[in-house]
Amino acid sequence: MSALLVALRKDVLLQWRGRVQIVAILAFGAAALLLFSFAIGPDSLALRRHAAGFLWIALLLASTLSLAESFEREMEEQALEGVRLLPASARALYYGKVIANWAQLALLGAGLVPVMVVLYDAGTLRVVSLLGVILLGTAGLSAPGTLYAAMTAQARGRQTLLPLLLFPLVVPVLLAAVKATSLLILGDPMDQLRPWVTLIVAFDLLHWSLGGLLFGRLLEDR
Amino acid sequence: MPTLCRHLLGEGPGSASPDVIRVAEARPIAVAATGLSRRYGRRWALTNIGFEIPRGVLAMVTGRNGSGKSTLLRILATAIRADQGTVRILGYDVRGDRERVRERTALLDHHTHLYEPLTALENLAVVARFLGRDPGREALLARLDEVGLADRGDDCVHTFSAGMRQRLALARVLHQEAQLVLLDEPYGHLDPPGFLLVDRLLQRLQGQGTTVLMATHLLHRGRALCDRGLVLEAGRLVFAGVTADMPDPVEAGGAGLEEGA
Repeated sequence: MSALLVALRKDVLLQWRGRVQIVAILAFGAAALLLFSFAIGPDSLALRRHAAGFLWIALLLASTLSLAESFEREMEEQALEGVRLLPASARALYYGKVIANWAQLALLGAGLVPVMVVLYDAGTLRVVSLLGVILLGTAGLSAPGTLYAAMTAQARGRQTLLPLLLFPLVVPVLLAAVKATSLLILGDPMDQLRPWVTLIVAFDLLHWSLGGLLFGRLLEDR
Repeated sequence: MPTLCRHLLGEGPGSASPDVIRVAEARPIAVAATGLSRRYGRRWALTNIGFEIPRGVLAMVTGRNGSGKSTLLRILATAIRADQGTVRILGYDVRGDRERVRERTALLDHHTHLYEPLTALENLAVVARFLGRDPGREALLARLDEVGLADRGDDCVHTFSAGMRQRLALARVLHQEAQLVLLDEPYGHLDPPGFLLVDRLLQRLQGQGTTVLMATHLLHRGRALCDRGLVLEAGRLVFAGVTADMPDPVEAGGAGLEEGA
């Protein structure tokens, strides 16, 4: 079994054991969507217009909890150091964690869509495309998010530090994901979806590559 | 009895001649450290340490709390880097050949390196899979049986007491089947049967030709089991040689060590 599959299997198992936490994070995201809807009021047109933005902000907020949690278990007894010393490839450990976090964030995103539809009256017939955008967008949150979660895992005030570092970095993917989701909900008469999706893919490729290169340095630089 | 050569040279980090206390012996060398220094912030945890440990030897390192024992073991295991000096483990440089060193080394640290949400068996299976070995239940249960945890294999680590975690951490280290085993306080948190268990495991490792370096405060136990001893005091090496020649702890830089159990 390749090192990546071993790492992924370990991370999925850890996530499964912490599934109660995932449900709590989903509830947190749904609560955020509910509160945002109060800010707009009963104007259904305005609600529909803002639905995509609020969905991604709720997902972003929930992602910081989820990403931080994924390294909490690695740091409790310095388990990550333990596997690194076996030795396990830093790249395999990184991509295992990124893929597991990606799957979790994508599930969170998919779980928040029905909440958005109900609260914001923001349905779409292009469900597959919407799920595709969520998959690509959460991939863009997962790669840099995992790197920064590892970086801040042992820092004091990590709950503040992670969003402080992550939010400015993911602005491009967040912007593109909001635009793409919005086009799917409100309609796309000018066929603008493709360039936004291309931007997300470019961001994903860049950060998935960079993260793999930097993670080893992060683990060893002590 | 090997010839004991003692050279106490050098005054601090960066000085030309590090403290080198060496046991001259014809056996191949498992650990060779020269001019080893490490600092945390402005405080030097290790200062110009130099020593050699022959292969297949059971060695102990002792000294007061904060004398640098754990730092030394963590440098040898490549968990942290030395700021100065060189270390060769089984012929490989810890900086240049880090992965090769890791393939041949196992560390029992103060942190157990265990995943708390996973069961004892799953923790060992993770190690086995990363090492490309068979994670079969029977093999893993046999390993747990060695440390007296065969009946707790399916329980999550977060339900374990500190002593049980220590036993599982020992099983994890044994499961690596490394050529150099570094044990930081292996008797920590253990009950009297646990002490005997560690004694037996150490003797077995020695019988298999594994080199062991163990940090411990339990001098009498260490002396009885180990061939070689190192004494650290405030980050400096004040003795290295055969344990039979190990000075009284008070003479060895005022370490003031006593048998704890």
